[in-house]
Amino acid sequence: MLESYLGAGLMLLLAIGIAVGMVVMTSFLGPKRQFADKMEPFECGESPIVSPHQRFSVKFYLVAVLFVLFDIEAVFFFPWAILFKQLGIFGFVEMLLFILILGVGLLYVWKRGGLDWE
Amino acid sequence: MDISFDAIPLAHYLLLSATLFVIGVMGVLMRRNAIVVFMSIEIMLNAVNISLISFDRYLNQHDGQIFSFMVMCVAAAEVSVGLAIIIALFRNKPTVNLDEFNIMKS
Amino acid sequence: MEPIPAPSIDLVSLAPVLVLTVFGIMVLVTDLFIGKNKSALVFISLTGLLMAAISSLAKYDLPVYSFNGAYIVDHLSVFFTFIFCISSALAILVSIDFNQREGIKVGEYYSLILFCTVGMVLLASSTDMIMIFLGIEIVSICLYVLAGIRRNDPKSNEAALKYFLLGAFATGFLLYGMALIYGTTGSTKLTIIAEMIREGSVRSEPLMLMGVVLLIIGFGFKVASVPFHMWAPDVYQGAPTPVTAFMAVGPKAATLAAFFRVFAETMPEISPSWGILLYILSVLSMFIGNLGAIMQTNIKRLLAFSSVAHVGYLLIAIIAKNSLGSASLMFYMLAYAFMIFGAFGIVILIGRKGDENLEIENYSGLAYKHPILALSMTIFLLSLGGLPPLAGFVAKFYIFSAALKEGFVVLVILAVLNSAISFYYYLKVVVYMYMKEPIKEFNITLSPMTLFVVAIALFGTLHLGIFPGPIIALAQY
Repeated sequence: MLESYLGAGLMLLLAIGIAVGMVVMTSFLGPKRQFADKMEPFECGESPIVSPHQRFSVKFYLVAVLFVLFDIEAVFFFPWAILFKQLGIFGFVEMLLFILILGVGLLYVWKRGGLDWE
Repeated sequence: MDISFDAIPLAHYLLLSATLFVIGVMGVLMRRNAIVVFMSIEIMLNAVNISLISFDRYLNQHDGQIFSFMVMCVAAAEVSVGLAIIIALFRNKPTVNLDEFNIMKS
Repeated sequence: MEPIPAPSIDLVSLAPVLVLTVFGIMVLVTDLFIGKNKSALVFISLTGLLMAAISSLAKYDLPVYSFNGAYIVDHLSVFFTFIFCISSALAILVSIDFNQREGIKVGEYYSLILFCTVGMVLLASSTDMIMIFLGIEIVSICLYVLAGIRRNDPKSNEAALKYFLLGAFATGFLLYGMALIYGTTGSTKLTIIAEMIREGSVRSEPLMLMGVVLLIIGFGFKVASVPFHMWAPDVYQGAPTPVTAFMAVGPKAATLAAFFRVFAETMPEISPSWGILLYILSVLSMFIGNLGAIMQTNIKRLLAFSSVAHVGYLLIAIIAKNSLGSASLMFYMLAYAFMIFGAFGIVILIGRKGDENLEIENYSGLAYKHPILALSMTIFLLSLGGLPPLAGFVAKFYIFSAALKEGFVVLVILAVLNSAISFYYYLKVVVYMYMKEPIKEFNITLSPMTLFVVAIALFGTLHLGIFPGPIIALAQY
């Protein structure tokens, strides 16, 4: 009876571990520059009082578009994940190929500087 | 699978889908802002998705859902290419009004 | 739970698609690691196209269905795969010097052409509506980018935007048509749809007929037939010339192949309903295309309108819906590939950096300075018009005889009349080349690769015109 919770328990531990790990890691590794805007209570470092007609830098668009592209590919993982066991090794290999091609896409974007902010 | 389809008949879904599709078509034909036209096209594609999925449920098989997955992915690819084109255009001519894109003439 | 068995997957029948995809990705990745010199990419792409053409012959005992009847290798698909490989190879060859001259330095150009070819092969070989949709979109998305590949040229941008908006609009119609047909027949597979129609229960379903109309609108946009042609002149004019030539041949051939499969092969029983619509589209395309071309002063716009008219002729092959129709479609597209690449090759040669010399006036007196170029251009234009013994004539002849076999006499008479009208504007260019004084100095650099393409095109146009027998036999096989 209890064994059936083993997977869920492991999952829970892993999730907590990753979350805590990330918080701890960033507080050690992240740069700490403190300035007035960042210390405001809301808006994550954005100035809370600005004109409503704010325009975004066009640099955001590239990241947004790339996000949409890679994000939507996740749609194919859902049916695969549901039928993971029944599809067996064949489905696994097919999915690896799919991810490999996505990886080549990511490599291309990276090398072309699509992920650079500056 | 035991899915009751009695609650809302298929025709209603199809009607919703057709209405959305026509709204999309009207948007493409009547609006002059490239981005709004673009959004109208997305409405058309999503209207089709509603049709596909309701047919899929009605027929109790899965081709329609797979189809709608493909439509979503292709729509995403189209969005990125379309936005890139609009941005490239905007850099040369800062407007998104379709009536002003008339360099080429008959 | 029961394991789900893997579907019957036959990668050999998919070989051309796989080869082209792998080479496309190779080009993309290689481009990241090499410098300014892109000739390695050209080499890889051409190798890929050659291998794809060879691998399309891997299947014998045609037709072979694979992927649960979603993909077919048959005579039509193999022949069209060859046309695609030839036209893409010509497009790449013709781009080399052009890209150098105009400073198009992006390596993606070649991989986009390869990916576009993948879409074309899928289109010609799919027997499932989902696959046809994917094929059309792969082709279209590559073309949107290719049309706008000159990022700093407002014309190229504008062409891309117009092509994109109208192409995506057409996709909506196409999809809605597919959804309705799926809803009435319960399948996306063309074979099952064909069976349902043969049985007769769905023949008079209003949703089915609406689906057919929407499909025709969608396909009509993609092949640029009147009244859905308004994007064609602007896009043809604004896109870089090699891309214009490319999109006039391969994607059009692929869409027509899918058009043929969906209508002539899948639903011949309800041909009265779609036949009349295609009839109207065909007649309108011929007349408006030809009359529109008469009024043009820009050579690229002229060829755009002429391609609209050619779609009118090609639709006749689909209306005829017999085996001669499909054979004539194949032959026509092969001949058309040579004529179009020849004509656009000359257009590229006449232009120079900063001044593409696209007005027809700029061709004045070409015959005095470059008699061979003028003669070649004359041959391509007359072949487009359909003068015997050139390829265009033979192609039209077979399309018309396919239609006559089914008793479409009026349609053929209208088409012949239109061929006569078309000579007016083709000859106008010839008159400028031979009978007018030059209005300015020609400053032509005879770039070797472009000349090579023109030579191949010339050979093809003459050979298919004078000895059409073997190719026609292959197409009718």
